[in-house]
Amino acid sequence: MKDLLRRLTSIPAPSGREEQIRAFIQAELKDYCDELTVDTMGNLIAFKRGGKTKLQFAAHMDEIGVIVTAIDEQGFLRFSNIGGIRPHRLYAQRVRFQNGTMGVIGAEKIDDLKQLTLEKLYIDIGATSAEEAKTKVAVGDIASFDHGYLDLGQRVVAKALDDRVGCAVLIEALKRVTKPQNDLYCTFTVQEEVGLRGAKTAAFGLDPDLGIALDVTATGDTPEAPKLAMKLGQGAAIKVKDVSLITHPQVKELLTTLAEQNGIPHQFEVLPFGGTDAGAIHLTKAGIPAGVISVPCRYLHSPSEMVDLNDVEAAVRLVVATMEHPITL
Amino acid sequence: MLLKELSELNGVSSGETAVRHFIRNRIQGRVDRIQTDRLGNLIARCDQGKKGPLVMLSAHMDEVGLMVVGIDASGLLKIKTIGGIDERVLISKRVFVGPQRIPGVIGAKPIHLQEREERERPVKTTGLFVDIGATDRNDAEKDVKIGDLIAFDVQAGPFGDGLFKGKALDDRAGCAVLMNLMENEYDLPLAYAFTVQEEVGLRGATVAAYGLNPDLALVVETTSAGDVPPLKKHQASTRLGAGPAISFMDRSVIVKPALIERLVAVAEEAGIPYQFRESASGGTEAGVINQTRSGIPVAVISIPCRYIHSPVGVLNLDDFAQTIKLIDAFLRNIAQRGLPV
Amino acid sequence: MQTEKLLKELTDAVGPSGREDRAAQIILDFFSNGDGRCWISELRRDRLGNIILRKAGQGEHPPRIMLAAHIDEIGLIVTALEDGFIRFSTIGGIDQRVLLGQEVIVHGREDLPGVIGAKPPHLQQADERNKAVKIEDMTIDLGLAPERMAALVRVGDPITIKRSCGALKNSFYAGKAMDDRAGVVALVECLRRLKDYNHEAEVLVVITVQEELGVRGAFVSSYGLNPDIGLAVDVTHGEMPGLADYEGFKLGQGPVIVTGPPVHPLIFDKLKAAAEAGKVKYQVEAAETPRGTDAYAIQIAQAGVASGLVCIPLRYMHTSVETLALDDLKETGRLLAEFIMQIDRAFLEGLECY
Repeated sequence: MKDLLRRLTSIPAPSGREEQIRAFIQAELKDYCDELTVDTMGNLIAFKRGGKTKLQFAAHMDEIGVIVTAIDEQGFLRFSNIGGIRPHRLYAQRVRFQNGTMGVIGAEKIDDLKQLTLEKLYIDIGATSAEEAKTKVAVGDIASFDHGYLDLGQRVVAKALDDRVGCAVLIEALKRVTKPQNDLYCTFTVQEEVGLRGAKTAAFGLDPDLGIALDVTATGDTPEAPKLAMKLGQGAAIKVKDVSLITHPQVKELLTTLAEQNGIPHQFEVLPFGGTDAGAIHLTKAGIPAGVISVPCRYLHSPSEMVDLNDVEAAVRLVVATMEHPITL
Repeated sequence: MLLKELSELNGVSSGETAVRHFIRNRIQGRVDRIQTDRLGNLIARCDQGKKGPLVMLSAHMDEVGLMVVGIDASGLLKIKTIGGIDERVLISKRVFVGPQRIPGVIGAKPIHLQEREERERPVKTTGLFVDIGATDRNDAEKDVKIGDLIAFDVQAGPFGDGLFKGKALDDRAGCAVLMNLMENEYDLPLAYAFTVQEEVGLRGATVAAYGLNPDLALVVETTSAGDVPPLKKHQASTRLGAGPAISFMDRSVIVKPALIERLVAVAEEAGIPYQFRESASGGTEAGVINQTRSGIPVAVISIPCRYIHSPVGVLNLDDFAQTIKLIDAFLRNIAQRGLPV
Repeated sequence: MQTEKLLKELTDAVGPSGREDRAAQIILDFFSNGDGRCWISELRRDRLGNIILRKAGQGEHPPRIMLAAHIDEIGLIVTALEDGFIRFSTIGGIDQRVLLGQEVIVHGREDLPGVIGAKPPHLQQADERNKAVKIEDMTIDLGLAPERMAALVRVGDPITIKRSCGALKNSFYAGKAMDDRAGVVALVECLRRLKDYNHEAEVLVVITVQEELGVRGAFVSSYGLNPDIGLAVDVTHGEMPGLADYEGFKLGQGPVIVTGPPVHPLIFDKLKAAAEAGKVKYQVEAAETPRGTDAYAIQIAQAGVASGLVCIPLRYMHTSVETLALDDLKETGRLLAEFIMQIDRAFLEGLECY
């Protein structure tokens, strides 16, 4: 799992540019499912036959990033955000473009941190002129954070664990499941960070009976943290509510019962901010019962997100248990 | 002049009737079928006997404006904005109220009667009203009613060096582009959608796209040109005179790289000037179309326009002409080579 | 059926967005075993929990009219348990200022009474009182020891505001969740009036869920039903000091018919015509945005629906003392019935003649 996480998180693939991560996941799964398709939006759908109920899992492949909007006369790059990035998290961070070009984010002079907005930041790729810059990057190019993977033992740190850890859970579950009792549509979605877009269109095309998203959730276990119940190491989080979704009671029941019956460590989650693919799935067509299995994660939307491998393992076990449980709603 | 006629029609979001009738009358005979749907979108199909992917071209008929929400005892009309208007542009403007185009003015307290500090703060819409010259409420109610839509009174026309000014260029300019394209024949099934209520939430495009379910969509819009002081060069987004603007991303959509590449290739091959929209903010109908059903590939081509969402917008007539050329070349290219993958 | 009795029972019931079952049960019972069972031909719930009540029309292809009112109320939810106190966040838009010193019910393994504690003035700093207390700084006190509380309450348990519906003068009623259980009762009232009539249109009354979280129930139910016409029945602001006269509507002067982007112009005209034909007093509101009610979702279902919006004037919206005039509620039901009686296929065909 550590190796899978390391490889998944090292691929730069912000929303709208998921090609490289999709190719990687396709290669990982080709021997573990009955069919692999890519739809119009670019979602990867891994289908595995198993039973009557159509079960959709969703983990998003995209990460937050930045997009170059202008190249100024000195060769500095102005940019905008892809997904939720707070300006104060960007200062002095390193970014990597898809063609390998690297840069660092600088800021205009400000008197007060409150004045720091994206418009006051720029990327410096070390070019000595605008012409030189234009040989390396173009307006419209996309970059992601560049930060190495850290193995801290039980816990690991990397950028884009949101939601590469969800992808890892789904990949590992597909490799482990031996007797699926439902038809599994494991969707690796695109453009979640810019509005759950891939999940919306994937669910429309699939029209499943039930949908479960695999994503990360915040924790309340760091100094003077927001008052959240979720903690690293307490198991897979069964989501009750976030801004995009109130988990269908039957789905919450199902996941809770499966966790309890199988002795899978779990905790309950209410997140007063944020949303997941399940938010889009449950409102598709005439409605789809949906829920989320979350991996608790510290330092979300920073280059150094942290998860606990016990929680990741618990999530994999819960997904497999769901896949192997004949679901009737 | 088509652009002038379209600009001077009143069609504030949800009250697009005059624009719809005008366009319908003009395009009859040029298209195979015309229909309106339940929201009032005008859809013209040029698809008889045509094979290939269905391409939807979309431009919205509605403009930002105001609405009568109450009538004072004194006969003055209380107003609210429809669509995103910077309230500061409203004061001291001439308007037309309702389908009968009753003339009015947006008044506010004269300078003589103000404290100095008042002038530092914009007047909020709650402090603004429209005066149609009525003596009291009963008198006002003879000509206007609650719910009437209010548009700016602006004479459109060319000015300066090849520029054009008028209200509602967002997005009557787009509508004009579509109407021009209809003069040509393409070897491709086409659906021209003149949509409603874009400015209040991309409402018309949502249902039009669902109903048409095209293989590809092209949204023809106007976009902010910030080539005016005090904005710095990198903040301009687009410039007048540099050609139609191709979007790579905005808050509603990320355009597929393959689509952008095709547009650029078409432009370069045909020698059509173009620029990139150097901004990722704002939103267009492309977003709702892109996320319709199982997903529809969309691109956005915009005519740069200064002072959007104000009573007087300004565009470059050459940019307008080049936009038509670019889309024309693009459609011919799609007919020949199929959709970009 | 006694309208005020149903109103009281429904508004007192527990049903925050996403957990509407207890309030929904009242409607389900009413139409399965109660007075309403003969008023409809079919009752079901969809996958999100919306209740769909169907009354047949006439002919092979009757016009299909959907009427929607939402049954969910705003509420709170347990986010964490801290040293025997509850940390919470909101379900829907609650003004944090109404919470301080409010009694609540935490729906854990049982219904547990609690208090949102307010720091006494004696212990406050001088400038504290000028700032509203934020929800992140509030806690709910159940009066229980931590272990006992942990056995009864879990993260994710819903919480509702404690309040009981009461009568004021002039058949005015004040309670929680009038938004939009008053609309639900108006729909029941409409079905009661239609029971003895044959009308051409098929009527689909949808008691929607999760409106307060972004009209979610309306999105999926209108997609599933894909009606020809869809009316949302909700509440609008009743006049009170501090509001401009066009921002608040009079209580006791009848339902408010809305015009503007959320409404098809011919539906607006037809609602006014129905009011005039039935001598229903009404008021008119111009809405400058399509947002804010189930109409927002209904209007853009599939390839588009001809939508309308009728509202009951309500003072003090999203507090626990929402106040309305019972007559306005009854008249809203009557207006809807009049409207339905007037809809035929010919009217439908005109809806695309823009």
